[in-house]
Amino acid sequence: MEGSVGYDNDLNLRATELRLGLPGTEPVSIVRSNKRSLQQVADDDCGVNGCKSDDQNETAPPPPKAQIVGWPPIRSYRKNNIQTKKNESEGGGIYVKVSMDGAPYLRKIDLKIYSGYPELLQAIENMLKFTIGEYSEREGYKGSDYAPTYEDKDGDWMLVGDVPWEMFITSCKRLRIMKGSEARGLGCGV
Amino acid sequence: MLKKMAFSFPDEVLEHVFSFIQSDKDRNAVSMVCKSWYEIERWCRRKVFVGNCYAVSPRMVIRRFPEFRSIELKGKPHFADFNLVPDGWGGYVFPWIAEMAGAYPWLEEIRLKRMVVTDESLELIAKSFKNFKVLVLSSCEGFSTDGLAAIAASCKNLKELDLRDCEVDDLSAHWLSHFPETYTSLVSLNISCLGSDEASFSALERLVRRCTNLKTLRLNRAVPLDKIANILRHAPQLVEFGTGTYTADVRPDVYSDLAGVFSSCKELKSLSGFWDVIPDYLPAIYPVCSKLTSLNLSYATIQSPDLIKLVSHCPNLQRLLVLDYIEDSGLEVLASSCKDLQELRVFPSDPFGAEPNVSLTEQGLVAVSLGCPKLQSVLYFCRRMSNEALVTIARSRPNFTRFRLCIIEPKTADYLTLEPLDVGFGAIVQYCKDLRRLSLSGLLTDRVFEYIGTYAKKLEMLSVAFAGDSDLGLHHVLSGCESLRKLEIRDCPFGDKALLANAAKLETMRSLWMSSCAVSFAACKLLGQKMPRLNVEVIDERGPPDSRPENCPVDKLYIYRSIAGPRFDMPPFVWTMDEDSGLRLS
Repeated sequence: MEGSVGYDNDLNLRATELRLGLPGTEPVSIVRSNKRSLQQVADDDCGVNGCKSDDQNETAPPPPKAQIVGWPPIRSYRKNNIQTKKNESEGGGIYVKVSMDGAPYLRKIDLKIYSGYPELLQAIENMLKFTIGEYSEREGYKGSDYAPTYEDKDGDWMLVGDVPWEMFITSCKRLRIMKGSEARGLGCGV
Repeated sequence: MLKKMAFSFPDEVLEHVFSFIQSDKDRNAVSMVCKSWYEIERWCRRKVFVGNCYAVSPRMVIRRFPEFRSIELKGKPHFADFNLVPDGWGGYVFPWIAEMAGAYPWLEEIRLKRMVVTDESLELIAKSFKNFKVLVLSSCEGFSTDGLAAIAASCKNLKELDLRDCEVDDLSAHWLSHFPETYTSLVSLNISCLGSDEASFSALERLVRRCTNLKTLRLNRAVPLDKIANILRHAPQLVEFGTGTYTADVRPDVYSDLAGVFSSCKELKSLSGFWDVIPDYLPAIYPVCSKLTSLNLSYATIQSPDLIKLVSHCPNLQRLLVLDYIEDSGLEVLASSCKDLQELRVFPSDPFGAEPNVSLTEQGLVAVSLGCPKLQSVLYFCRRMSNEALVTIARSRPNFTRFRLCIIEPKTADYLTLEPLDVGFGAIVQYCKDLRRLSLSGLLTDRVFEYIGTYAKKLEMLSVAFAGDSDLGLHHVLSGCESLRKLEIRDCPFGDKALLANAAKLETMRSLWMSSCAVSFAACKLLGQKMPRLNVEVIDERGPPDSRPENCPVDKLYIYRSIAGPRFDMPPFVWTMDEDSGLRLS
């Protein structure tokens, strides 16, 4: 290109290397839900390019297929349209709103990136900075002022954890962390 | 003598001349000729466009244009469409409505894009503007059907209610019944984004029946196929129609009813909807196909043969949205049947699948580029590309104004040569001299940015992902693209140098978005310090950026020019870099 660019190309890439953890820590592959991470999905298919992409790497093994936030760039309502056509839970995100009583604004999480209730609840705890109690089938969530609930396809508010995980992620429309007496009421058997 | 002439036109004459000038760009140019023209122009501007709601305050707009009737506002950055902007970032319309409610009882039109609209805002609109006519909400969120009910009930002169791709809380389908029985002025209604609860069909039918000027009607998925005939029967004057769910048990009476009703719609030019479509009912629309100029089949999960049949019936098609089920073969038929085609969008049916599920490759795009002489706008998702194909496309279709290519797997190389796609995209910018919008994908080095900086002189918007090698790439774009207004970048190794070296450029642009790049917190602070007319927003959900070393890269960065100064409605994970080089929290 005509015209010089007056700075060196000797960039200290290390210093600007992107990592998901805080500097000084080891890079982690799965980060808590606050930040949606690259999810390592075991995949022995090298995709459309065949295995030629391996040529680009010198020492590292070929990167596994990863699911990236916001990629490919498709609007959620299109993704949802496609999702209803597929039976297996493969690909796409199931984004649901998470509200917490007393909080001024809502958050959104992708249910797809969790493998079960413990991970999900941990993520919500971290995101909203509170603690949920211990779950038991009989008594719901004991030991805190909060109870995680969700609205299902029929419009009913249910306690998180009662139904099998797969059924939950397909029927959950939104999450609400209830607080206080309302929450305690849910825990008690009727 | 000449000097005297400049002052000899009375204001009314100038105002009359200006009334023929509608475009904002031209209006802005007019206002800069001299002080008196500025004054005259500002009093007679009727439509105001604010591309970034935080670039200026409502009060400033109202002060300058005391008599506008129509306002268009845009809020969140474009990447919000792909969940890259965390919820709660901003873009609230209420402060604007509140200011205008006081100053402008005669406001007629509000158009919003990517803004947070609450029921409270809608209720305030309904209450404040007696002659309110047009409400267009595009990709907005934050409101429910209660807010819509307020609009329906109060806006007696409403002509247009267009909810495109909004996220609406569906509390009750009965909001439609809030349109009074005496209300008949509806010309355009788009409720396609509303959820799938039972719509109140009878209210809808009655509304359509009494609004004889209705030209555009886009229904939502909840409206079943057998209801469409009843609705269309009362609106044969429709020009644009969107179906609901387009599936039902195959029954000859339902089919013939539908076909008959479509035949009576002589003005129909645009069709959309087609959720859950089954091929058996498609021929019902054949009677209108020859007049169709716009067809949105992007929800239609039908296969190539049925798509080909349909498309072959539409020789006058100018705009087609379709899923990649159309395949290369279907696009070849499109190329030979639809010589008027101007815009094509091909969406992926299985974007996250590991293997391609359909036979749609770069060949389809090449066929359409070769065959359709008027093609100027393309959005194309595919899984492989070659420089050869891109060069062919560029050479045969130099009239592209919008070229957005998404190769689904990031950093995919030319499948024939395994090289980066620099040369291919370079050809696009070199041959398509009027290119205004470009989205890149595939394996790309700094070289492609050199081409872009050299050739893309009319480029206004550039989207970049997983591309480039160094700051040089960003530098080429910022220093070379004279017309650049919006730049959005994700996951590229661009850092401080190019940004700081081109800081002045940022004031000539609307905005710059960079996420998962390598811009340090220190650079953000410096930029905020040095450039008082830029808002430099650091968005980081990991916590305050000063809790980490200064040279740590920030997660997300949004920089935009503003004469309103830093905003005060930010959530806890957004910081504006201030002149005082400290952090400003809202």
